[in-house]
Parts: sequence; structure tokens; C-alpha cells
Amino acid sequence: MTLNNFLILSAFLFCTGLYGTLARRNAVLVLMSIELMLNAVNLNLVAFSAFRENVTGQVFSLFIITIAAAEVGVGLAIVLLIYRNSRSVDLDQADQLKG
Amino acid sequence: MLDNAWIIPAIPAVSFFLILFFGKRIPTKGAAIGITALGASFVLSCVAVYQWIDRVESATGGKSSGLAAFGRSLVTHGGETKPVVEPVLHHVTWWSNAGIDFGVGIRMDGLAVMMLFVVTLISLLVHIYSTAYLHNDIRYTHYYAMLSLFSAAMLTLVVADNTLQLMLGWEGVGLCSFALIGHWWEEGANSKAALKAFFTTRTGDIGLLIGVTVLFWAARSFDIGRINAYALSPRADHSMMLVAASCLMLAIIGKSGQFPLHTWLPDAMAGPTPVSALIHAATMVVAGVYLGARLYPVFWNGFSIGNGGVNFMVLIGGITIIIGALLAFVQDDIKKVLAYSTISQLGYMVMALGAGAWVAAVFHLFTHAFFKALLFLGAGSVSHSGSHHSFDMKKDMGGLRKFMPITFWTFIVGTLALAGIFPFAGFWSKDEILVTAGNSGYDFFLIVGLVGAFLTAAYMTRCVYLTFFGEYRGHGHPHESEPVITVPLIILAVFAVLAGFLNAAAFHIEKFASWVEPRVAFPELVHPAFDYPKAAISLSIAAIGIGVAAFFFFKREKLGKLNGLTERNKVAHAGYMFLVNKYYLDALYENVIVASIRGGIARGSYWFNQHVIDGVVNGTGKGTKAVGQWTYEFLDRKVVDGAVNGTAEVTAESGGLLRYFQAGRVQRYALYMFAAVGLLALLLLIANI
Amino acid sequence: MPFVLSTMVAQTVVFWILAVVMVAAAIGVVRAQNVVHAALYLVVVLAGAAAQYILLVAEFVAWVQVLIYIGAIVILFLFGIMLTRAPMKPDGPLDNNQRFAAGVVSLFLFGVLTALLIDAYGDAPQIHPKASMVLKGSPTAIASSMFRNYLVPFEVVSMLLLAALVGAVVIARRD
Repeated sequence: MTLNNFLILSAFLFCTGLYGTLARRNAVLVLMSIELMLNAVNLNLVAFSAFRENVTGQVFSLFIITIAAAEVGVGLAIVLLIYRNSRSVDLDQADQLKG
Repeated sequence: MLDNAWIIPAIPAVSFFLILFFGKRIPTKGAAIGITALGASFVLSCVAVYQWIDRVESATGGKSSGLAAFGRSLVTHGGETKPVVEPVLHHVTWWSNAGIDFGVGIRMDGLAVMMLFVVTLISLLVHIYSTAYLHNDIRYTHYYAMLSLFSAAMLTLVVADNTLQLMLGWEGVGLCSFALIGHWWEEGANSKAALKAFFTTRTGDIGLLIGVTVLFWAARSFDIGRINAYALSPRADHSMMLVAASCLMLAIIGKSGQFPLHTWLPDAMAGPTPVSALIHAATMVVAGVYLGARLYPVFWNGFSIGNGGVNFMVLIGGITIIIGALLAFVQDDIKKVLAYSTISQLGYMVMALGAGAWVAAVFHLFTHAFFKALLFLGAGSVSHSGSHHSFDMKKDMGGLRKFMPITFWTFIVGTLALAGIFPFAGFWSKDEILVTAGNSGYDFFLIVGLVGAFLTAAYMTRCVYLTFFGEYRGHGHPHESEPVITVPLIILAVFAVLAGFLNAAAFHIEKFASWVEPRVAFPELVHPAFDYPKAAISLSIAAIGIGVAAFFFFKREKLGKLNGLTERNKVAHAGYMFLVNKYYLDALYENVIVASIRGGIARGSYWFNQHVIDGVVNGTGKGTKAVGQWTYEFLDRKVVDGAVNGTAEVTAESGGLLRYFQAGRVQRYALYMFAAVGLLALLLLIANI
Repeated sequence: MPFVLSTMVAQTVVFWILAVVMVAAAIGVVRAQNVVHAALYLVVVLAGAAAQYILLVAEFVAWVQVLIYIGAIVILFLFGIMLTRAPMKPDGPLDNNQRFAAGVVSLFLFGVLTALLIDAYGDAPQIHPKASMVLKGSPTAIASSMFRNYLVPFEVVSMLLLAALVGAVVIARRD
């Protein structure tokens, strides 16, 4: 396994997650795509950690997992709020700042 | 007095102001002030003459004072040694800048003292004479004021040591001449005559101005002595001297009544007769000749007088002699006869100067002053007491010798002097002119001079006959004039007889020459000895002139067919009319030159001024206004405001365009962001590969 | 070294299998037309990632990934889906109208990244998971590194968790 294998895989996951954030209508799906991107980064970090035989990468990936969890929590809370206010989580309809 | 000769012009100047301010209030109405002033100036001039003669005589080695020098004059004095007698110079600098010195001063030499004597004497006599002549005149006081001013100006001119002061005096006498000719300006003809005199001499003054300037540039000085020294030095620029001499010649032509600017002199007879005697016979008109005599080296160099041959000066002089004499024949006015005679005699002086006969010219100036003033004052006496204030010989005079003996005899003396009959003054001076002209190679002008002499004798005889002989044709009661008039006549007659003996070459007396001729900065002139044959010829010609005229008039009946020739014969009549119309010169000047200037040239100048010059000015104004307008319209409104407004519009438009990027949709923003990130990454990738 | 060789080959094979699965699942996440299906695909991706971590001798991270990500975060997602879905209504189209541009950008970015990675790490040496690496990936090692070198970030992340917790409660409460 070359390093590049992991890295290119990670790049692919990242770009797929990017596509998801840009192209999905449902807010929850957008959050899912963001999770995909974060996982790609985690994979990157761990791959480098194995490549360098240094534990720092893994530590960072732990931090990222934690933050991702916090972020999903808050994000979903916001989505719930939006759903409560406008009965829909369609991002195409959430283009006004007011409301 | 030589050192303080500035007092001599100053006294009449002061008297001018005194007469002007106080004249009307004092009993004699200003005449007393004038006479006193001129009397004082005359006495001081005599002192100056005495001092100068003394100076010359002591320099020449004579061990006696002035009066004794007179006594020695009858002894032979051949072979002069000519020691140098410097003129007395005093100068006060008024203002000096960049090497140019402006000031006033006196240059006292023989020429100057001679002129001082002549001017003050004749002016004094005229002052006295005028008390009777202008008695009860309406502007008596102003007349005396102007006479004083004139005397002051003439004396300033005479003693001047620089050309600027000379010009000052020149202009001053011109002004006073104008004022005095037009003394009775209520008559239109008199004021016209005054204007004519002023303008004609003014034309000559242009020459004076240019000539003085050219001389300044040539000699780098206004000082007469320096100019003369420069003109005679080898480094003198001959062409510049020629230009200067020609310009000064123009001034002489104007002021001294030479052809072609002589036309003002006869008309100047409109002034009072004493004025004519003083100004237009003895003093002002000789200012031109004086200029020529003072600045002689300039003319000597410029016209190459020493080389013989015809030059501008001698030619003009010669022409003037003849035309003046011819015109004197057809005049009915006695003063006009004398005026043309003056023109003719001035022609003699100028011709003499042009022929290198400096002493002769100046001597003739000296003697002419006396007998011409005498003749004019005599004519004045005739009009005052004989012809009831008229000067027309044919209508109002005739046979006056019975009634006015003193006037008659003094007039005869004057006529004989003028005609050049031995031993009167005119003989010696005119003779010297003719002899010097002949000896210097100006033979043609010798002939001209002789012809002039003949004519002079003839027309004066006519004048005498018409005035004093025949039957009285006038309307008044002729009687002799009062002593105030006749005494000056007698005094002048004495001078007319005796003045010639100062330079009576036949008796080897050349005192005048030795006293007057400059020794400093003066060319070597020819001084021929007395030429008996030529003297005899000129004397006989004069006598013939008198004889022919006398025959013509006294023995009228013997003329037979010649009587009334000018009426019958067409050619003779044409010739007569030509003379009567003064060679149509007046017509030329008035109708052709002046009218064309007044009409065409003036109109053309006015058109040019209005359309071209004003057009340029207005056009500049309009153009500036148009430029301003264009700037406002185009630059300010369109370009500047356009830029400003355009910027705002571009901003608005681009804002309007960019507005579409903000749809409010977050994912769209994210798309843009990641697209940009991708591009940048690509760029970085490319740059670093 | 047949052991090494065979482990190397085995690891590569496993890697590739996992990679393919992850890729397919990832595409499934972003292209599924059913939200729940997308969530389930996400579970596959996350599991695959955990397996990759094990392959990279990062066991602790792998277990944390399974625990937190799959165990908590996906449940959160499912709850979120449940709460924000209209009852018994089929999902409308789940993609917005910039799919094409997003696809282009994603592909473009993937291309750039790949080129960059090949250029940078194309000739990097192979990763050989060794026994020594196990110790390095153990909780002991991670803990010692975290609490020695990265203590401050640890504390900060703790605060962040607290803030997120409180924040989520505040945002989502009914009042």
C-alpha cells in the first residue's frame, strides 16, 4: 500500500462529499456530505501517521471526530429549527435571510 | 561771462514767467520787463564777445586787450599761425545712466558769442520797436511773454554744448514761432499760417531727431565737441555720417526754409512785422544754418565736402537761391518779397556751407541778420505809418519817400546791403561765398550765386520802386514813424554798413574769421584770398540787376511792346502764373499729399484699425470665449462629468450584474468558493511544476 | 520474506476491496434518492473508513470511529431525518439545479488534487505496517501524546463539546 493509494482515496471521498454539499437539496443530506468530507480528512491524517510512524496524526483525527460530533449535533438542532419554522428542510427554499 | 553764459538765456526765461504772471498788472503791460531782460542779456553778450575776442587775441600772441585788437584789425594780417583756442565748456549732468550723459551746458566759442550778440541785439531792438507797432494790441502782454520765451529758447540753442539741448532750443523756437505767427489768430488765415509753419518745420524736425540719434550711436555721445572730433577722426563711419548729415539736412531744410520745405516762410508773414524781423529773418530761420555750422564736421565727412563736386547740401542751397529769387518778383505784398528774399539768402548760406565756405556762410548769416531785420522793420514802419496797416505794394503804397525819409533811406541802405553793393555788408559776405565756392571746385554754384545776385538786385529794386517811388496809391495819411520805430532802423542801418568790414578781405581784414572760425575739431578749410576779378564781376552783375529793374520800372513808357507781355503772351502768362502759384508746390503739398493722406491713407488706416487690428483683438476675445465655451461643453460636461457619471453608471450596472450572483442560496456560494479554490490550486500547481 | 510479501499483498488486496466499497458507498450517499438510503450508505463509508484505520495500525482511532461516528452520529442523522420528514410523503427530488456545475467542480478539484498528490508523493516509499507500529497506535501512545503535547487542544475541544451540547439544547428547545 502506497501512501498515494490512501491519499487519492481520501481525495476522492473529499470530492464526493463536496459534490454532495453543493448538489443536495435536503439539509440533512448536506450534513451527511460534510461528514463524508471530514472522514476523508481523517483518512488522510491517519495515512500520514502510518507513513511517518508518528502518532500525532491519529491524535488529530480524534479531535476531528469529536468536533464532527459536536458539529452534527448543533447542525441538526438548526435544521430542526428550520423545519419547525418553514415545514421544510429544502435548502432551495431557504434563500431569504429573514424568516 | 564766458563761464557764466548760461545766465544769458536764463534772463529772458525768467522774464517770460514774470511777464506771464505779472505783466497785465504793471503799467507798461510787460514790455518793460521784456526790454529790461533783453537789454541785460545784450549787455552780457557784449561782455562775452569782448572776453572771447580777448581770449583769441591773447592766444594768437596779441599783447593787447579786445578793443585794441579792433584797432589792430586794419593792419595786414596775412599768414595766420592758427594757434588752438579752446572753446569754454561748462556742463552740468542732470542724469547719467549706462555711459549716457544727459545734461545741460554751454559751449562758448566764436560762433556762439557771435550768435549771442546778433540774437540779443535784434531781439532788443524788436522789443523796443514793438512798443509802438503793437500799441493797444489785444494780446500785448502775451506777445512780450512769447518774445521773451523765444529769445530764451534761441539763446539756449546757441549756447548748447550737446545736441539734446540744441534740440530743446530748436523745439522751443518752433513753438514760439507758431505762437507768434498766430498772434492774431482770430483771422482764419493767420492760424492756418501758424499751423503750416509748425507742421512744415515739424517735418524737418523728424530729421533732427533721427540725426541726433544716429550721431549718438556713431559717436557715443551727445556732446557737440565729441561728435565733431569723432566725425573728423579716421575711425568715423562714413556711411553713418552720411545718414546723419542727410537727416540733419532735412532739419535744416525745414527750419531754414530750403526747397522743398520753404512754403511756410511766406505764409508766416501773417504774424506781426517785428516777429517777422526777429524770427523769420534774423534768428530762427538761421537756426538751421547754425546747426550746420556747429556740427560742420559731420556734414564735412558725410557729404564729402572737401572733395568738391555736387553734394546734397550745396544742391539744395543752390536751388533755393533761384526759386526764392524768382518768386520774389511776382509778389505784391512787401513782406512776402522780403520773405522770399530771406529764403534766397538762406539758400546762399546753405550753399556756402555745402561748398566748404564755412566762414563765408557764417559771415553772411551775421550780416544778413542786420540788413534783413532792417528791411523788415522798415516794411513795418511803412505799414504802420504809410500804408494804413497794409502791406500791398501795388494797392496802398507808392511815393512814400517823400513822406517817410528816415524809413526810406534806411530801407535803401538795407537794399544795397542785400544786393551786395560795395561797401555795404552784403557785398563782403556774398562775395566771400562766391569766391570760396569758385575756388573749391563748385564752379557751377558760383554761376548760380551770380544769377541769384542779379535777381536779388532786380527784385529789391522793384520792391523799392513800388513802395517808395511813383504816386501814392493808398488811402491813409502817410507820415514818418515815431522815434521808437525809426531809431532801431537807424541802428540797424549803421550795422548794415559797418558789419561787413569785420571780414573785408580786400583790406586784408579777416578778424571775423579768426574770431569765429573754430580751431578745435574743425576741418581744414580753404580760405582764398580776395579775388578782385570775381568781386568786380559780382558787383557789376548786381549793378546790372539794379539797372535793368530800374529801367523796367522808372522808364516804363520806353518798354513799349514789353508792357503787359505776361497778359498777352501765352507762354509768358503760363510762366507768370507758374510763379504766382509758387510753382504749384502749395497745391502739391495741400491738395495732393495732405489730401491723399487725409482721404485715402487715413481712411485706409482707419479701416485697417477697425477691421484688422480690432478684428484681431475682438477675434482673440471671441476665440477665447469660444474656447471657454467648448471647454465647458465638451471637456467639463461631457468628458469630466461623463467620467464621473460613467463611473457611477458602471458601478450600478456591474452591481446589477453582480446581483445575480447573490441568490441567497448558500450552496451556490459554496460552489463559487470551491471552484475558485480549484482554480487557484491549479495555478499553484502549474506554477510550481 | 514470504511473510512480509504475503502480508503486503494481503494488505493491498484488502485495501483495494475496501476502497472500492467505500467509493461506491460514497457515491451512493450523494446520489441516493432516498434520505434513509443515503444514511445507510454513509454507515458503509464510515465502516469502511474504520477498516482502513485498522489496516493502518490505528486501532484506537478505528474503534472511536465506529463508536462515535457510526454509533452516535449516524443515529443523530436518523433522528434528524425522522424529525424533519413529512409523514408518509415520498421524497421529492433530492438534488438541486446546480448538480452539473457541482459535478464539474468536484471532478476538477479531484483532478487537481490527484495531480498534486502524484507529483508530490508519487515516489514515496510503501507503508509497511510493522509490529512496532502497533504500540504506536495503542491507546497508551495516543493518551501520552495527547496529554503531553496536545493538552490545550484537548481542553479546548472539551469546552467546545460542552458549548455544542448546551447550544444544541438551546437551539432545539421548544418555547
